[in-house]
Amino acid sequence: MAEPFLIGDAMTGGYGAGPDILHSCTIAVDPGQIAVIVGPNGAGKSTGMKAVFGMLNLRKGSVRLGGEDITHLTPQERVVKGMGFVPQTQNIFTSMSVEENLEMGAFIRRDDIRETMEQVYDLFPILRDKRHQAAGELSGGQRQQVAVGRALMTKPKVLMLDEPTAGVSPIVMDELFDRIIEVARTGIPILMVEQNARQALQIADRGYVLVQGRNAYTGSGQELLADPEVRKSFLGG
Amino acid sequence: MDQTRNILYFVAIAALIIITGMVQSWNSALLILNMGLISAVMALGVNLQWGFAGLFNVGVMGFVALGGLAAVLVSTDPVSAAWSAGGLRILFALAVGAGIIGVTIIAYRRITAARPRVIAIVTILGLGFFLYRALLDPAVQAVEAVNPALQGNLGGLGLPIILAWPVGGLFAAGAAWIIGKAALGLRSDYLAIATLGISEIIIAILKNEDWLARGVKNVIGLNRPVPKEIDLQESAEFVERASGLGLDPVTASALFVKLNYALLFSVVLIILLIMAQLSLKSPWGRMMRAIRDNETAAAAMGKNVTNRHLQIFILGSAICGIAGAMMTTLDGQLTPGSYQPLRFTFLIWVMVIVGGSGNNFGAVLGGFLIWFLWVQVEPMSQYLVTLLTAGMAEDNAVRLHMMESVAYTRLLTMGLVLLLVLRFSPRGLIPEK
Amino acid sequence: MDFINGLVVLMNFVLIPATAYGAQLALGALGVTLIYGILRFSNFAHGDTMAFGTMITVLVTWWFQSMGISFGPLPTALLALPFSIAATAALVLLTDRGVYQFYRAQKAKPVILVIVSMGVMFVMNGVVRIIIGVDDQRFSDGERFIFSVREFKAASGLREGMALKTTQGITVITALIVVIALFWFLNKTRTGKSMRAYADNEDLALLSGINPERVVAVTWIIVAALATIAGVLYGLDKSFKPFTYFQLLLPIFASAIVGGLGSPLGAIAGGFVVAYSEVTITYAWKKVLKYWMPESLEPSTLMQLLSTEYKFAVSFMILIVVLLFRPTGLFKGKAY
Repeated sequence: MAEPFLIGDAMTGGYGAGPDILHSCTIAVDPGQIAVIVGPNGAGKSTGMKAVFGMLNLRKGSVRLGGEDITHLTPQERVVKGMGFVPQTQNIFTSMSVEENLEMGAFIRRDDIRETMEQVYDLFPILRDKRHQAAGELSGGQRQQVAVGRALMTKPKVLMLDEPTAGVSPIVMDELFDRIIEVARTGIPILMVEQNARQALQIADRGYVLVQGRNAYTGSGQELLADPEVRKSFLGG
Repeated sequence: MDQTRNILYFVAIAALIIITGMVQSWNSALLILNMGLISAVMALGVNLQWGFAGLFNVGVMGFVALGGLAAVLVSTDPVSAAWSAGGLRILFALAVGAGIIGVTIIAYRRITAARPRVIAIVTILGLGFFLYRALLDPAVQAVEAVNPALQGNLGGLGLPIILAWPVGGLFAAGAAWIIGKAALGLRSDYLAIATLGISEIIIAILKNEDWLARGVKNVIGLNRPVPKEIDLQESAEFVERASGLGLDPVTASALFVKLNYALLFSVVLIILLIMAQLSLKSPWGRMMRAIRDNETAAAAMGKNVTNRHLQIFILGSAICGIAGAMMTTLDGQLTPGSYQPLRFTFLIWVMVIVGGSGNNFGAVLGGFLIWFLWVQVEPMSQYLVTLLTAGMAEDNAVRLHMMESVAYTRLLTMGLVLLLVLRFSPRGLIPEK
Repeated sequence: MDFINGLVVLMNFVLIPATAYGAQLALGALGVTLIYGILRFSNFAHGDTMAFGTMITVLVTWWFQSMGISFGPLPTALLALPFSIAATAALVLLTDRGVYQFYRAQKAKPVILVIVSMGVMFVMNGVVRIIIGVDDQRFSDGERFIFSVREFKAASGLREGMALKTTQGITVITALIVVIALFWFLNKTRTGKSMRAYADNEDLALLSGINPERVVAVTWIIVAALATIAGVLYGLDKSFKPFTYFQLLLPIFASAIVGGLGSPLGAIAGGFVVAYSEVTITYAWKKVLKYWMPESLEPSTLMQLLSTEYKFAVSFMILIVVLLFRPTGLFKGKAY
């Protein structure tokens, strides 16, 4: 099997000098795919994603992007390498307008960003209407769209979302998932952590069920949804 | 190990003072000792607030000045002509003023609707202010007209000045209660600005309200808790003993008086130090530090953080007030114009940080050390400048300018000391245990 | 006619001086609020930074004057400004490298940085006094008035006169230019926007590739310019005395907090609120009211709410009222 586009391979590590939270955990995603990390609370879902993004110390394992070893790069350097990351909270500049948020997302770029901005507006039309409004004044779902849009402004080669639907209503959640599928269709691989396991696995090409920092089950979204063990333990039957 | 090191620090300070006595004069050495004792008391007060509770009080100067005011109000003789001219009317006006504020607070609590509340408060305060001024102004004019060259104020109670020390503490505690009620619970830098402001206001009041303590006309010749030099020099017994020690009576009397002060100040410092140590180790002190280290957790455990802060803010300020009264006693005069925040607020902070915040002995050590530096940096840089400019002509402009600037090197030095300690030994010379 | 005479008195003694003073406070408060927004601490050394910038201006002005360089009717000090801004910027950048950067890397608590700024305050205080001493220095030259009381009376035929000092005119115009330039910079340029982004959400700014050290350096340079300009305008209008500048800390902080710490717009509003309150409350209104009130009601006292020595009390009262009723300030600042 060919090497995946982005892979966190057998990662072991924790925050700072603290105890290991991940134990030989592997997470990967390929272009055009949506990969979803699910699992019970405290399973290390977000930690797994942060490890891929370089926000904690790996004691073992490596992270490779397009075949290049990026294990020792800082998060900022990974952004330059083409990784887009949307944190779970505080993921927008609340006092700045929607358009300025997008501009700041493209801060590392020196070329013309207007085309990318148009693409983001096409993807999230509501943002075009509210482009001059302060991002902090938007609704929860719209804020998340700003956050994703901001990350897309670097034209990332891979997009990582940390619980994008946390705290939004079910209707908004469905809409957000639709948008995320659309982003994936543009060819950008998406890696996301989700609390709502069932809905997330439904749109996932690849699913990772983590338990206590280890890979418990791995497979396509449909496989995992069909797996009686997974259903029983994590999806409530 | 730590114990030995700490003792060595104090021995070193003592040695510095003794060297001053031998090289310069014993008089200067005792002056440094006395002001060092007072500084140590102030540092103890600030350390209580900052070291124990993390309260950022930059209004030390105001509390110190209130202590000074207490010294005047307790010890000077009442001016009966001024009292009959308008003393009671001033007191009445002040009472009315307090009453107006009380009514405002009641109105604020009783009226809940936003608009009527604002209207009521503005009306009460507006009318009240004019009423207050209408009562106060003529009375003040009458009082200040009484023998303005020497008095023009109401005078005091004519009691021994040593009673002013606790009274100074009470004054400062009262002011701290008011400020604390308004400003505690705000973020730390807001508290800082609020205390800085109130201290400037206290100084402005002392400077302008002549009926209180003569304002910038100063009150001089306060009475003393110790004998006067002139009396000693006239006492045959004292002169005889002095010559027995090989001292002339003038020097001997100066030294004797200063030693007496040193003794009194030491007693106060030791009592306060013991109390501060006991409270630090008591459950109350432990709780204070718990609150300081994690306010949210302490609040979640049901501790009333704001109330605890108010307690310690009042206590710390009271100690500064006591020190202020002691200082005015030592000076024998109250000169409101001489209170400057750099000297009476920020310098005390340098003492606490350098000595070791959170440690009472550290604060005391810082008080002595920084005071010593504050006094001695000037002659030291004078010496340095003389050396550096030795090759220049007497009237060389650079040389003259450097000589003139020598006085301000102490500010520079204090800043550098503070920055260096913060950088390389952020917990101070004697760190918190 | 009486009404106009009263208005003229009001303009001359209240509105014009308060507007100039408000502009000076606003520029000072902008510096404080920028440091607070970007570096996240209350800079106690700000008054002394102003004093340092002004001192350099005074020295360069003297040097220019000794060489016979002048700016015609305008104060020579304006010509000296670029030099003093550069010197002050160099000083604060050096201070940042030598002092603040260490604590930033450690992610020290804001209150530690405040104490550090106390140390910087002492040092700057000492440096300024060592170089120029503690005395009052006047350094304004050029034309003294745009129009004087006499000229105004002659032109208008009114009983009361009004003067507009050159320094007052310059203060307001300069402040206007500076504020417009600052807002243009913050809202329209890439660097300015990155500063706002950094102030808003530091972590996200880092994720977006914004270089924090660059943001901090640019902030210090702007603050140095603001502090120097504010100090020079104040000094031209009144006089330069190091201790006065240290004391300005209180009204400046009051302005910044009243407006909402971290909010540039708030700093400007706060500056004028504080200045107008200080002047109106400490002004003896009798002169105005004798024109506006019927003769029978003419006030017998000076009608001065508080004597001018209590002007600090005014900033302080406004401060306390705002803190109690609207802790984030008039324009929502950062309250964390």
